[in-house]
Amino acid sequence: MNADIKTREYTTVSEVSGPLMIVEGVEGVGYNEIVEIETPTGENRKGQVLEVNEDLAVVQVFEGTDDLNTLNTKSRFTGETAKIGVSDDMMGRIFNGTGQPIDGGPEIIPDKELDINGNPMNPASREFPAEFIQTGISTIDGMNTLVRGQKLPIFSGSGLPHNDLAAQIARQAKVVGTDDDFAVIFAAMGITHEEANFFMKDFERTGALERVTVFMNLADDPAIERILTPKMALTTAEYFAFEKNMHVLVILTDLSNYCEALREVSAARDEVPGRRGYPGYMYTDLAGIYERAGRIAGKEGSITQMPILVMPQDDITHPIPDLTGYITEGQIVLSRDIHRKGIYPPVDVLPSLSRLMSGGIGDDKTRDDHSGVSDQLYSAYAEGRNLRDLVAVVGEEALTERDQSFLKFADNFEDQFIRQAKDEDRTIQETLDLGWKLLTVLPKTELKRVKDEFIEKYYPE
Amino acid sequence: MMEEGNIIKIAGPVIVADGMRGAQMHEMVRVGDDKLIGEIIELEGDTATIQVYEETAGLKPGEKIERTGGPLSVELGPGVMGSIFDGIQRPLEVIKELTGDYIARGVDVPSIDKEKKWTFEPIAKVGDKVTGGDILGQVQETSAVVQKIMVPPMIEGHIKSIVGKDQFTVEETIAVIETDDGDKEVAMLQKWPVRKGRPYAEKLDPDIPLITGQRAQDTFFCLAKGGAAAIPGPFGSGKTVTQQQLAKWADADIVVYIGCGERGNEMTEVLTEFPFLEDPRTGNPIMDRTVLIANTSNMPVAAREACVYTGITIAEYFRDQGYDVALMADSTSRWAEAMREISGRLEEMPGEEGYPAYLASRLAQFYERAGRVTTLGQDPKQASVTVVGAVSPPGGDMSEPVTQNTLRICKVFWALDASLADKRHFPSIDWLQSYSLYVDNITSWWQENASDEWRANRDQAMVLLQQESELEEIVQLVGPDALPDSQQVILETTRMLREDFLQQNAYDEVDTYCSPTKQAGMLKTILTFHENASAAVARGADVKDIAALPVKEEIARMKYIPEEEFEAKNKEMQEQVVTQCSEV
Repeated sequence: MNADIKTREYTTVSEVSGPLMIVEGVEGVGYNEIVEIETPTGENRKGQVLEVNEDLAVVQVFEGTDDLNTLNTKSRFTGETAKIGVSDDMMGRIFNGTGQPIDGGPEIIPDKELDINGNPMNPASREFPAEFIQTGISTIDGMNTLVRGQKLPIFSGSGLPHNDLAAQIARQAKVVGTDDDFAVIFAAMGITHEEANFFMKDFERTGALERVTVFMNLADDPAIERILTPKMALTTAEYFAFEKNMHVLVILTDLSNYCEALREVSAARDEVPGRRGYPGYMYTDLAGIYERAGRIAGKEGSITQMPILVMPQDDITHPIPDLTGYITEGQIVLSRDIHRKGIYPPVDVLPSLSRLMSGGIGDDKTRDDHSGVSDQLYSAYAEGRNLRDLVAVVGEEALTERDQSFLKFADNFEDQFIRQAKDEDRTIQETLDLGWKLLTVLPKTELKRVKDEFIEKYYPE
Repeated sequence: MMEEGNIIKIAGPVIVADGMRGAQMHEMVRVGDDKLIGEIIELEGDTATIQVYEETAGLKPGEKIERTGGPLSVELGPGVMGSIFDGIQRPLEVIKELTGDYIARGVDVPSIDKEKKWTFEPIAKVGDKVTGGDILGQVQETSAVVQKIMVPPMIEGHIKSIVGKDQFTVEETIAVIETDDGDKEVAMLQKWPVRKGRPYAEKLDPDIPLITGQRAQDTFFCLAKGGAAAIPGPFGSGKTVTQQQLAKWADADIVVYIGCGERGNEMTEVLTEFPFLEDPRTGNPIMDRTVLIANTSNMPVAAREACVYTGITIAEYFRDQGYDVALMADSTSRWAEAMREISGRLEEMPGEEGYPAYLASRLAQFYERAGRVTTLGQDPKQASVTVVGAVSPPGGDMSEPVTQNTLRICKVFWALDASLADKRHFPSIDWLQSYSLYVDNITSWWQENASDEWRANRDQAMVLLQQESELEEIVQLVGPDALPDSQQVILETTRMLREDFLQQNAYDEVDTYCSPTKQAGMLKTILTFHENASAAVARGADVKDIAALPVKEEIARMKYIPEEEFEAKNKEMQEQVVTQCSEV
């Protein structure tokens, strides 16, 4: 019966508009099924059914609708939803945004064909992520701890070094006490050749390439294709994590470009827009990507996601970072102010957050004083930053001694705790000890967030 | 054979079918070859628009629609407690056994276990005259919950027969009631359509507080049993932790926790943590009194629209048994967005920000199902459903339609603030913006049960915090030293209020729950400090010396004093405040 369906070919395109084409007179076409399109010039493209209404099918064309016509464009309905063939051999390979190898290597002989949309993970099957990942970066390890199976995005602005940070994390991430390496799946959506090269070179330089799988949709590739890219990458990640028992770190960059592509399709369909023209279902759509991170009870592997998104105008309330923040388990926010001071990585810890931190730290995981030190650094730095505004008005001399110590703390904190070199890999002990060292600037009575026993145990003399 | 229709159009979670004449609005249907679950949301002539509760990829025009003849309903009876359901009450643990770690489509599973036998103890006797809501018997379902088996609403008559104490499944007949329209067999299982509130006799004024053990909420912005509260806040402001704290510590008999369009890991956290937490009042595991509804953000959007109704119907069922039920919905914004998405697919004329015009009325209908009531039956009980809805305003902008429409209905508003969260001030409830309209109603409860100075102290603390915000403006301009000493004392006190009272550490064993007596005691100590420090300054003492008093450090740590030691230590602390201030 499938053979029958596979021969259903039509030349009845009635309308082409933006990324969409409408085919009439179709029969038995399924919602979301994949369409193979042959342009009048003989080029092959792929599309997906977005809506079926009796004998009309609305098809979104991934590689763009250039050259399509309403006379002799052929569309073949495959009867199947989008799939990707996965196998062990994908490790170390480079694919385009639709999953075709582009590194000149052999075709992948699939071990399995998987639907790229996947099914939602049953919340009752999940295991709560609680294994500390040491990234070697103090602001993350100490104050916004990442754990295996978490989705923690980097919110950045244009011109900020988010790529350096992501590459550094990919290089340094490890679970202390084990020697399992992370497999990295890198999905690029609409980034430039230069940016892509930066990552590729970094992977090559550090010899990481053999444990990296790359899906590459660059800025000059068709925009609609990037709707598939993260799903391809995550389906592959699920295969590695839950069938091959690997710990996978998925880096998705840049989600803003993905959302633009969603908006483009939505606009072409004349849908009622939500905020700033993005479709009303963008939350659901993004959740379909981010929620694929996690751990499954009884399975070895895990998927940790680190999406990167560039906030338009550094605006964290823009719909893309906003909806992302509501789905992901925290966020690492980069700040232009700190960047301007020449501090790398310019992580602004105040709006940054890791929701899974409390489960991944403490006595048996990092150190017993971790949560207290982190809280204390947070509130002291917040207070110091507040005082800076006051100093601008009344001058430093008008401050009390106590307030001056907080001001000094904030400066030291930025200069020593936030700042680190691009290849500096600090252990969690080093990070926490550094935190204690900085706190000595403050009067001891102000350390209200740390329990007395830890002050006795760790306060540097 | 049920009547059938045919699919003619598919667009995301919404499909259109013809051949549906005679179908009812909100009737449940089975869609396509995979028999996906759907609900009719619009009828026009021969065609019906259906929202499908499962992923629709692969559906084709021409596939069949099977009608079920009834509306979307939940199954109520022993077996509900301690479970985790999806948005249309399918048990996720059972789905896991059937389809593995991912939720496949078209899974047909009973909501509650039909095979399991429960020990039913009869209470009513043959010959008793009964009406809807009367109790026939009971089942000890979990360590924490005894389910009362009730006569279904609308049935009235005499008990013709009732079984003795024995084991039964939920579907077996346990009693026969002789009514005017003949004999009715009653089983433990009841079905109820989710979109229809269960009946009660009368609504009462909420005048008993729902004690949550959270100082900012209980002391300053308290919620009453049967009330409705909204928690709006941008992401990262701690909505979920706040909701979970309420689910853990609220003094309700039953908690229904709805994860509506939120993170999968959050539900897992509840599932892994709650069985090991003890209810401070009964010592039973908290999970034993909890029902979880999980429709995470990546699960089908139409089921997200239904999940709040599923949850509140379950809550009402326990209310009818005479229990105080607390329902947490996290987040109602996702529910509203699901409505918007479905409405968009229906090509309805959008209202504000693309939300459908009926957003306000749907929100109102939902929150109005909260309330303290007297139940049906001849021996009516007072029981309540309290609703706490989290709201996730885009970009933290509270002027958006979901927040605004929710505030019109809810009498308690806990505004979470991102800048407080950034400073790790948790719970990040903004004390200047938040309010509770129940304070007058519940004052007498607090005065009787915690401290007779409660109201006066609370109001004084609020005034001080208000003054602080005014003083802060001046400090921003001229620096703190320019303030007169008396006002500097106010700043000392309010810092104490903020750091040592309002801030509460959910992750600390002791501080996670604070009893009403301890709350009242802590507040009293801080105000004692204020009174004595003000007096000292008026005598001419230096504010710097007040600020350096050693007792301040003890006050800072009083939240970590265990409940049983608190009273004695607190008294000592108050005495020290008086002596130390007088010695300055």
